[in-house]
Amino acid sequence: MTPTYYLLLSALLFSLGAVGVLVRRNAIVVFMCVELMLNAVNLSLVTFARINGGLDGQVMAFFVMVVAAAEVVIGLAIIMAIFKTRRSASVDDSNLLKY
Amino acid sequence: MTEPVAASGIGSLAWLLLALPAFGAFVLLVGGRRTDKWGHLLGCATVIAAFGYGLALFFDVLGQGPDGRTTELHLFDWVPVNALDVEFGLRLDPLSLTFVLLITGVGSLIHVYSIGYMSHEAGRRKFFAYLNLFVAAMLLLVLGNGFVTLYFGWEGVGLASYLLIGWYQHKPEAASAAKKAFLMNRVGDLGLAIAIFILFKELGTTQYTEVFARVGELSSAEVLAVTLLLLLGACGKSGQFPLQAWLPDAMAGPTPVSALIHAATMVTAGVYLIARANPIYNLSEDGRLVVMIIGGVTLLIGCVIGCAYDDFKKVLAYSTVSQIGYMILAVGLGPIGYALGIMHLLTHGFFKAGLFLGAGSVMHGMNDEGNIRRMGGLAKKMPITFVTWTLGYLALIGFPFLSGYFSKDAIIAAAFSMEGWRGWVFGGVAALGAGLTAFYMTRLFALVFLGKPRYTGLRSEDGREYHPHESPLTMTIPMIVLAFGSVGAGWFFESNHNLAGWLTPSLGELQEGHGVLGHGTVNILVLALSALGAGLGFLLFLRGDQPVERPARVSFPVRAARNDLYGNALNEALFARPGTWLTRALVFVDNKGVDGLVNGSAALLGGSSGRLRRLQTGFVRSYALSMLLGAVFVLGALLMVRFS
Amino acid sequence: MSWVLIALLLLPLVGSLVVAFLRGNDRLAKLVALAFSLVELALAVLAWTAYDPGGDRLQLTSSAEWIPTFGVHLSFGVDGIALVMIALVAFLVPVVIGGSWAEKLPEGRSAGGFFALLLAMQTGMVGVFAATDVFLFYVFFEAVLVPMYFLIGRFGGPNRQYAAMKFFLYSLLGGLIMLASVIGLYVVSREEIGQGTFDWATLVTVTRDAPLSTQIWLFLGFFIAFAIKAPLVPLHTWLPDAGAEAPVGAGVLLVGILDKIGTFGFLRYCLPLFPAASQELAPLVLVLAVVGIVYGSLLAVGQSDMKRFVAYTSIAHFGFIALGIFAFSSQAGAGAVLYMVNHGISTGMLFLVVGMVMARGGSRLIEDYGGMAKLTPVLGGLFFVAGLSSLALPGTNSFVSEFLVLIGSYPNEPVFTVIAALGMVLAALYVLWLYQRVFQGPVRGTALVDLAGGPGAAVDPERAPVPDLNKRELAVLAPLVALILVLGFYPKPVLDVITPSVGATLSEVGVADPVAQEGK
Repeated sequence: MTPTYYLLLSALLFSLGAVGVLVRRNAIVVFMCVELMLNAVNLSLVTFARINGGLDGQVMAFFVMVVAAAEVVIGLAIIMAIFKTRRSASVDDSNLLKY
Repeated sequence: MTEPVAASGIGSLAWLLLALPAFGAFVLLVGGRRTDKWGHLLGCATVIAAFGYGLALFFDVLGQGPDGRTTELHLFDWVPVNALDVEFGLRLDPLSLTFVLLITGVGSLIHVYSIGYMSHEAGRRKFFAYLNLFVAAMLLLVLGNGFVTLYFGWEGVGLASYLLIGWYQHKPEAASAAKKAFLMNRVGDLGLAIAIFILFKELGTTQYTEVFARVGELSSAEVLAVTLLLLLGACGKSGQFPLQAWLPDAMAGPTPVSALIHAATMVTAGVYLIARANPIYNLSEDGRLVVMIIGGVTLLIGCVIGCAYDDFKKVLAYSTVSQIGYMILAVGLGPIGYALGIMHLLTHGFFKAGLFLGAGSVMHGMNDEGNIRRMGGLAKKMPITFVTWTLGYLALIGFPFLSGYFSKDAIIAAAFSMEGWRGWVFGGVAALGAGLTAFYMTRLFALVFLGKPRYTGLRSEDGREYHPHESPLTMTIPMIVLAFGSVGAGWFFESNHNLAGWLTPSLGELQEGHGVLGHGTVNILVLALSALGAGLGFLLFLRGDQPVERPARVSFPVRAARNDLYGNALNEALFARPGTWLTRALVFVDNKGVDGLVNGSAALLGGSSGRLRRLQTGFVRSYALSMLLGAVFVLGALLMVRFS
Repeated sequence: MSWVLIALLLLPLVGSLVVAFLRGNDRLAKLVALAFSLVELALAVLAWTAYDPGGDRLQLTSSAEWIPTFGVHLSFGVDGIALVMIALVAFLVPVVIGGSWAEKLPEGRSAGGFFALLLAMQTGMVGVFAATDVFLFYVFFEAVLVPMYFLIGRFGGPNRQYAAMKFFLYSLLGGLIMLASVIGLYVVSREEIGQGTFDWATLVTVTRDAPLSTQIWLFLGFFIAFAIKAPLVPLHTWLPDAGAEAPVGAGVLLVGILDKIGTFGFLRYCLPLFPAASQELAPLVLVLAVVGIVYGSLLAVGQSDMKRFVAYTSIAHFGFIALGIFAFSSQAGAGAVLYMVNHGISTGMLFLVVGMVMARGGSRLIEDYGGMAKLTPVLGGLFFVAGLSSLALPGTNSFVSEFLVLIGSYPNEPVFTVIAALGMVLAALYVLWLYQRVFQGPVRGTALVDLAGGPGAAVDPERAPVPDLNKRELAVLAPLVALILVLGFYPKPVLDVITPSVGATLSEVGVADPVAQEGK
């Protein structure tokens, strides 16, 4: 039971999430990928806590979860609002904030 | 040179000479149309009053011994800055008083003449204001006691001349002539100004008394520079080569202006300047040689061009150019000529003013026609004008015992009295000029007053027929007075050396030379040449029918003379056209080059930031990618530092 | 009497605030503004009488601490040079207010705002000349930009935004370079005397001992800022744009006074603070000055827009002023200061008469006019007077100053002086040619022919459709003409105030007059 596997898993999940954010267009999916990255980080935090024998990492993971929850609420609300007005959830369609 | 003493008694009021005409000009200009009714009378009154005062002053000074005749009147400190102390003061000495009498005397006559001549003009009051302004400035020029006050008057008369040449300012040619006169004068003024700078640098003063007392401290190069620069000033003001082109154009002004400013007084200021600066010129043989060359060249140019023109006033203008050439030649002779130059200046003032007023009277009766080919036989129609003009004409060509005979022949004789080649060259030129003068004046005389009338059946530009008639009394009386001067002035000045003796305190003793030809020989030579010229003139221009149109097919010399010997063309090619190109090119350079650089740097900044802005595409995923790359980059950098 | 300077400084500011609140009532706003400016003029006369030409270097001084950490003080005082400039400010502002009385402002702008800005400008200008703390000077130097920016940008001609921005950026650039030098002064003073200071009088005694290279760098910082202000070629291109687009009144203040801050700065800061650098770099400045005279004159000849014409003549005149300052003789220096005053008067008048011509013809272009002297003789005459003053005819004010500059420069710099003297001929050319095109010849040009009743129509001066000057315009120009003549004939009172201060400046530089004074 080496922590290395957990860290590898965490890195894998993070990479999956990052690729998802970069390649997927649907805002919901992008959103899920972001969540995936956050939780990958959580996993690594908990793993490090276990390795070091302290509680700091676990506390940190709770914080991340709380922030993620708040983020989900606001993010989904924005996505809903955009979808209502533009009938689309593609992130490429909402590109008005530019030069 | 005698040292001046402070003016006292009647001399302490000498500021009135300037103040009276200046006051007249001020009232007439500021008063505007309210003064229309009596403006011309005020204008005449101030100048006549100044003449009266000038006479009183003259007799007062005449009563003093020769040593007490030079006085100075300090009025106020004009430009005092440490070492430089330009005072506003007047120098009353025989030379300046002579000019005062000439300016106010001839000025009064011409003011009176103008009442009649300008009676049809709506703005006659303004004309008198300008004339008064001119008299005031001219008096300042001759009365000022330093080079800076001289410069003040010098430019002041330039201004008055500008205003009066451009009197008919709705006519483009008059406006252009006025501008040309002012500009060419300013070129001359530049010389005068730089001469003043040199005097200040070397002597620390610009007042006559101190400059003349310490002129010996200058090195010979500096003296030469000052003499040449003063000569440049004289050339500009007096219409001498190479700045002569403005004077004939200046005839676009009303005729009284031509008589007063461009014949009798202002244009002779150059002669005054050189005579006044005689202590400097005495020190430089080379400087005086250049003066003589300029005088000689100009007097020939004036004669030659005068032979070819058909415009009454322009012929007289070139005659003026040529006669002033004589005066410049005379003052260039040095101590043997200063007083002769002034004497010719005075007699010329009388007869040339008379000739111009006569021309004005003729033109006044001929619907302002100036073309002499459209005249002829006017002697019967205008008897008074004819007689006075004839006397002036005879005086100018040096008819025995009239004014010009004494003054001009004396200059020619003085030129011949130099030693060596100078005597032959300058004497020869002056004598040749006398013959040419007789020729062109006779041509003018014959074409205007003698022969058959050629104007019958023709109409002037405004469509009226010509009905020549004699002018009113206000115009003829000044002509008669001037005719007396033309006849008697020369004899009066010459007898017992009246004038030369009177001028001695200012100009030094008139010396005599013993050069290549004696006085008697010269006298006979000049008379013979003049008679030849006059005879040829009568022969050519009195016979048969003279054409009304000027002959188009003429030989090269005549064509050249008609074109001012290509002086204007030269100015045009050397200055006017390159100048126009230069300004156009510079405007382009300034707008596109200098300002372009400024706007260009602004545009560069704006452009590059505009390009950089394009990076903000608005696509969330490209931002995410750049964030990722950034994170990878930072991470990589950290690891590099960690493991290397 | 030191309260006079403070009063001179604060009064226009108070006036500006009062006028700004009267925006609804234009007429009242104008009257109040005029009243304030006249009181200011009276105060200036009071200051003039309180000043003793033979007294201390700086007079009417007052000082208070402002930023103690950096030794910055609110200190004020004047020498003769600053005094005549303040007098010029106080004289020109009422004239400008009178001249702008009937100014046609762009849509939606109120006269109250315009006059409030004029008065605010006045405070800034008085402050620039009265400050004796270098930091305070810098603050005022930048502060005058703000009202001028708004005057041009809000009330100017069609291309006003561009011109205002160009003016502002140019001046700001110069100001920032100068700020670096101002801070440098502080550093130098801390190194030399152990305590940093911005006090001018102290700095003069300190910086002259700094090494030459330091002096040159600091000199250049000030010089570039002032060369932009005074426009010396090639930093001049903002002036024709700003001058052309500015409303007439603001243009008078811009060319008449604001630009003088540059030449004033040369005299007050560049010369005494960096004597060695000034002498070292004088040839460079002289070249720029002489080039400016010839270049500005030739460009003035080539202009087709009357206001740009005035701006280019000013560039030529500033060449004369710079020549006089850097020729290092008391005659040239006094001439340069007098030139600053005279140029304010004569170019101010030229600007005003150009404005009056434009008010009648409605165009800035020269080709839209011709033969105007026949329609409006009085305006023509006064235009001519302003032109004569501009070409320095003897009898007008400018002659005295131009003559002094040239005769004073000649002993040290004969070559530059002779080239500069060519400017006299060119000045005659540009003035007379403009006069000929606008006022002489037959009545022509689109702007006038319609008014005069068609081309070739006989013009009856009694019932001229183009009105000649009215009483207000005459009242505005009359004091200018009077001053032009009085200073032309009797400049002694002004010269007496200027000369000792110029002499003190030259002794701070450490040069003696080339033509020594005889034992009088």
